[in-house]
Amino acid sequence: MLQIETWKRALIWALVVAGLVLAAPNLFYNRVEGHNDALSRIETSGATPELEAQAGQWPSWLPSNLVNLGLDLRGGAHLLTEVRLAEVYESRMESFWPTVRDALRDARSDVGTIRLQDSAPGTLRVRISNPDGMARALEVVRGLAQPVASLTGAGTTDLAVSGEGSDVVIELSEAERQATDERTMQQSLEIIRRRIDEVGTREPTIQRQGADRILIEVPGLGSADELKAIIGTTAQLTFQPVVSRTADANEVPGSGNEVLPSLDEEGVYYVLEQAPVVTGEQLTDSQPSFDQNGRPAVTFRFNPGGARAFGDYTAANIGSPFAIVLDDEVISAPVIQSHIPGGSGIITGNFTVEESTNLAVLLRAGALPAELDFLEERTVGPQLGQDSIDAGKLATAVAFGLVLVFMFATYGLFGFFANIALVLNIALILGVLSSIGATLTLPGIAGIVLTVGMAVDANVLIFERIREEMKSARGPARAIELGYSRALSAIVDANITTIITAIILYVMGSGPVRGFAITLGLGIITSVFTAIWVTRLLIVMWFERRRPRTLEI
Amino acid sequence: MRHLRLVRDETSFDFFKHWKVWLGISGVLILLALASFAVRGLNYGIDFRGGTTIRTQSAEPVDVGAYRAAMDALELGDISITEIYDPSFGPDQNVASVRIQAQNEVESVTPETIATVEAALQEVAPDIEFLQVDSVGPKVSGELIQTAFIAVALAMGAVLIYIWLRFEWQFAAGAVLALVHDVVLTIGVFSEVAIQFDLTTIAALLTIVGYSLNDTVVVYDRVRENLIKYKKRPLKEVLNLSINETLSRTIMTSLTTLLALFALFALGGDVIRGFVFAMIWGVFVGTYSSIFVASAMLLWFGVKRDWSKPEAEERQPDGSSV
Repeated sequence: MLQIETWKRALIWALVVAGLVLAAPNLFYNRVEGHNDALSRIETSGATPELEAQAGQWPSWLPSNLVNLGLDLRGGAHLLTEVRLAEVYESRMESFWPTVRDALRDARSDVGTIRLQDSAPGTLRVRISNPDGMARALEVVRGLAQPVASLTGAGTTDLAVSGEGSDVVIELSEAERQATDERTMQQSLEIIRRRIDEVGTREPTIQRQGADRILIEVPGLGSADELKAIIGTTAQLTFQPVVSRTADANEVPGSGNEVLPSLDEEGVYYVLEQAPVVTGEQLTDSQPSFDQNGRPAVTFRFNPGGARAFGDYTAANIGSPFAIVLDDEVISAPVIQSHIPGGSGIITGNFTVEESTNLAVLLRAGALPAELDFLEERTVGPQLGQDSIDAGKLATAVAFGLVLVFMFATYGLFGFFANIALVLNIALILGVLSSIGATLTLPGIAGIVLTVGMAVDANVLIFERIREEMKSARGPARAIELGYSRALSAIVDANITTIITAIILYVMGSGPVRGFAITLGLGIITSVFTAIWVTRLLIVMWFERRRPRTLEI
Repeated sequence: MRHLRLVRDETSFDFFKHWKVWLGISGVLILLALASFAVRGLNYGIDFRGGTTIRTQSAEPVDVGAYRAAMDALELGDISITEIYDPSFGPDQNVASVRIQAQNEVESVTPETIATVEAALQEVAPDIEFLQVDSVGPKVSGELIQTAFIAVALAMGAVLIYIWLRFEWQFAAGAVLALVHDVVLTIGVFSEVAIQFDLTTIAALLTIVGYSLNDTVVVYDRVRENLIKYKKRPLKEVLNLSINETLSRTIMTSLTTLLALFALFALGGDVIRGFVFAMIWGVFVGTYSSIFVASAMLLWFGVKRDWSKPEAEERQPDGSSV
């Protein structure tokens, strides 16, 4: 007969209460948001009385997760960019030419004279005057190849070298291209993240999409153009001669010099010559590494122009320090140990492994490794977002009211139970959305409204079934029991098919559409729970108390 | 207490007296929708054809002619300017949407182009504000439309398989034909009324698929139950009985959903009105198609009548008919 075990009752109530508690912060959206913002600012830049007061607006023992509002509701900028990965191959091969030239010149007796031919971007085509020396030439060039530094590329080298007639054709190997692509994307992401963090907006989304795309969403930003400008600004990386080190920020530097602060040492300043020896535009790569003594260090590599300037400077200045300057701050000022020819070098210092990794990132992050194409850009003004929120709230409230009245008019007390379930359903959706940090978009609100309309379907199915079962008249308890059990297969089939479409929408969709898929999918799950379990529990509790002879349904 | 009853307790409408006529009408409507799609095409938004839309607002009434004159001077190719009305707008909210075609093959526009467009519009209406600027490059829009079609096809395929597993192939085929019917008719309406067709419309289409299916599955579930209960009754009678038994539920659910949707249509703002319109239309065609397409198809295909040994028999090819 109509019975629900106590543990099941407890579980149902526990889930309902959990949903309500998780949804509660959204009722006090601004206050909780202020609290969260204050907390994160205290963490990054220390506490002030104002921030403490702001954080105190919401008790910290209460849940403080909120539903993220999508760009269409909050206003902000959205950019989809594509990284021109092939550009990196080009610059790599261009900077590789001097090495190839020198190596082949050393083998001149076998290969004859060499000449660089015009070729497709990303390949080097070198003609040798003595085609009989091709085997030797290939051997020499292949000897220059380095092992690929990646997991999948283990055991392969970074060059693909082949002979075509009297031409040696050199390009990056497939494994190296993949490793390079990966590095380029990581670098681009890092740089973009750093730039946007500097602007200090709330919760930017910076996501890699597919092989070569990056999606950037920044709420609260004026326009996509502004976002482009922020990303496009290149950090200024320079290598400058050090004149002296000082603790006085106002020291007179002397003509042609400047005073710059140290990045990580408080109160330390450097007097530097203004004219850089080399700039970051000439840097092609930088990796964390270890020196001969096994201490963490950072390697770097310049393009040919940079390599020459750097080589000449280091040869003339062994023993004196030079400064690595990023955006007018001195990252480090190592002492030149020896002449550094060939355009690559190693920075040693008192690094930890983590510091050397970060420094390599900073050095690489100096400039974007490749140009970006902007495939898609969207700007939503904050006013439009607010209008959409207001319209969405009103529409949801009215839709909700209409459905509640209609259900009560049709099913009376049972309709009232269904209505309680419906209210709980909305709370559960908001609670789950908040705790998983999902984003609510305008179509997402439409998804909730649609759920309001469709959520009652499960209850309608059950109630209609109970009405039918009442006709075969085996008592109200039996009718309720049968109503629930016989309606179940229709409810399950109907909701599984809808959830299939929600999942497909989520996987295939993006942005607002995805927001819609999330609320629709969640709405289906919560509505089945509230319609089957919550209303059943309510009806059973009512039934136990009243023991009615007949059902008013 | 007297409760509201939309449908009498016992109904015995004969839904399948003219089932061939209904199927015929649906067929003709599908052909009309396809013809409209072929002749008029869809009013694709920038999501699908690339380009830029700018949503403007000013206190001055929108003078489409003056906007157009200002824009034509910039020679940006195909431009469309539409005024947008919404009851929720105040008297000083005059909103227009300006659409510019994509300017090259990868990116849609440069910031400079947008700046010149905004400057030109500011000449016409000094207090103009730019509420929203969307720009989609042709490269992405091509992919978006492809993904959208794959999504709809995948949804239908997945559903076909699920219903096949849960019911019989005739049911799966009937349900999917009903879905095709709904989707094609919706596309037909979009091409006939020339409402903008964009990514959210695809979301609406998939929701229609979900709703229509929901409805169809509920009817099918009852058909299956009644087929087991009344083994000797003709299929047509069983179908009629099932639909009459589920009629009050069908009407109730459609009505509650429509109530919610109409609230959204009237009050949800113009941004999602196209989306909501598609869904309202979908509720109507979805409800119609579960009875007059999905169930009528069962009459056409015929179904297995012996459900007594479900597991053993289910995989056998079905030869029986009415």
